[in-house]
Amino acid sequence: MTSTVAVVDAATVLVELGAVLLLLAVAGRVADRLGVSPIPLYLLSGLLVGEGSAVELKASREFIEIGALVGIVLLLLVLGLEYSGRELVTSLRTNRAAGVLDLVANATPGVVAGLLLGWGTTAAVFLGGITYISSSGIVSKVLTDLGRIGNRETPTVLSLLILEDLAMALFLPVGAGLLVAHGVLDTAADIAIAGLAVAGAFLVALRFGDRLSRLVAISSDELLLLTLLGVALLVAGTAEQIHAPAAVGALLVGIALSGPTAEAARLVLAPLRDLFAAAFFLYFGLGLDPAALVPALPAAAGLALVTAVTKIGTGSWAARRAGIGLPGRIRAGTVLVARGEFSIIIAGLALAGGLESDLGPFAAAYVLVLATVGPLLTRFADPVAYAIQRR
Amino acid sequence: MTTVRETQVPGVGVRYELDLESGQRIGVLVHRSGRREVLHYSPRDPDAVEAEMVLTAAEGKVVADLLGGTQLIESLTQMQQRVEGLAIDWLPLPAGSPFAGRTIGDAEVRTRTGVSIVAVIRDDQAYPAPGPDFGLVADDTAVVVGTPAGIRATAELLAGS
Repeated sequence: MTSTVAVVDAATVLVELGAVLLLLAVAGRVADRLGVSPIPLYLLSGLLVGEGSAVELKASREFIEIGALVGIVLLLLVLGLEYSGRELVTSLRTNRAAGVLDLVANATPGVVAGLLLGWGTTAAVFLGGITYISSSGIVSKVLTDLGRIGNRETPTVLSLLILEDLAMALFLPVGAGLLVAHGVLDTAADIAIAGLAVAGAFLVALRFGDRLSRLVAISSDELLLLTLLGVALLVAGTAEQIHAPAAVGALLVGIALSGPTAEAARLVLAPLRDLFAAAFFLYFGLGLDPAALVPALPAAAGLALVTAVTKIGTGSWAARRAGIGLPGRIRAGTVLVARGEFSIIIAGLALAGGLESDLGPFAAAYVLVLATVGPLLTRFADPVAYAIQRR
Repeated sequence: MTTVRETQVPGVGVRYELDLESGQRIGVLVHRSGRREVLHYSPRDPDAVEAEMVLTAAEGKVVADLLGGTQLIESLTQMQQRVEGLAIDWLPLPAGSPFAGRTIGDAEVRTRTGVSIVAVIRDDQAYPAPGPDFGLVADDTAVVVGTPAGIRATAELLAGS
């Protein structure tokens, strides 16, 4: 009677998925009410239904795992769609110095902390990536919510985000190369191949972006969705095969598309991205050991404090170079403090590569703190700045 | 002259800003979708948007018409005032005209009627701003500017009646 078994399984899967989506919906509503990012609550939801829990997910776990994979691809694809190759080049030209400061000031504390924790060089480098990269998703949402899109410091903030994304496109293949530890030469070759692939894709995006966009363009939303998702998954999978993480492939597909096609694609992909990104955070939470999260919290909070200060310093320095006054500088600095999806993606890559198992709970605790504190911090930027000015 | 500064806002669109004579700073944010926002910057924190208005692409055109359109109407009115009491006409030089084969100076058109010959058209070709030495021939057309009464007098003069 295999068919009965299949029916029972289908029922369990659907009930589990429905329940977990509702859990995420409640978490999202709470976050919305509090005016904070939902990412920390999604992670905690995963923790709640993880291994050993009373309400452990069993039947739907595999589906969520694949959903998480698709979530990474969609996060990066939609991110790439937001920027054109031209904007990337402009950002490189105008904010290069700030971009370098951003990398040095915010990755260094992570690397040092990783070494102090005795994790070994590779894990330390990954922690550097985790502390370096701000959350594009949280930052753009906060900018919109607080009505700052038209502010004069905002182009600088967005420019820094683009440079971070570019740095991540280069970091992820390097990190993946480090993970496959099989002799220095092979690792170097892996990194070189991945680096060349990234550089080549950027060139294609800059040179032929317009033509590619016209090729993909179609008035039917449905067909656009199918085409893009197909291309992105295919490129992401191919990238994974040459040891460049899937995420980078998806990012490059997004950057290659521009103009009205990118605009239309962003609209059709956004809801799908939200769904699968939630699956990704949930899945990351699922894999965490609740018992390991609490002990990781003090050290993670300490690192969060240090890297919040370095981010504020970076953002305000960049804004000052752009001729922005004190309040704008404080806004630019504080808004960048939030870390989120990309830090989790980097941590996920490290864990998938079998690196230091403490890194997972540590990264989760770190993101938990900064994804919550960052948006709150920047809300108080203006009152603080005006108080300083009045003195 | 008012200068408009243009800034790319990555992932959003283009922002234009200008400082007004009144000391206020305003801006227009043009989203890639065509949506427009009119921004007003805070006087005490000139980097921050204090108030904004969101316009659809169509609404933006209407507001632009209202702002720029007024200017257009004003200049049209001015032009009419300048043209009021002035007429322009095309007068033929018939074969029997006393001035065929003589110069514009000989005809003394401006002295007699206050009308200026601003161009002469001969065989589909225009000779703009002819001098007093310009020789008229039969079947020329004179383009004249002056009062309606002056133009009537010129037509009679050229026809030789």
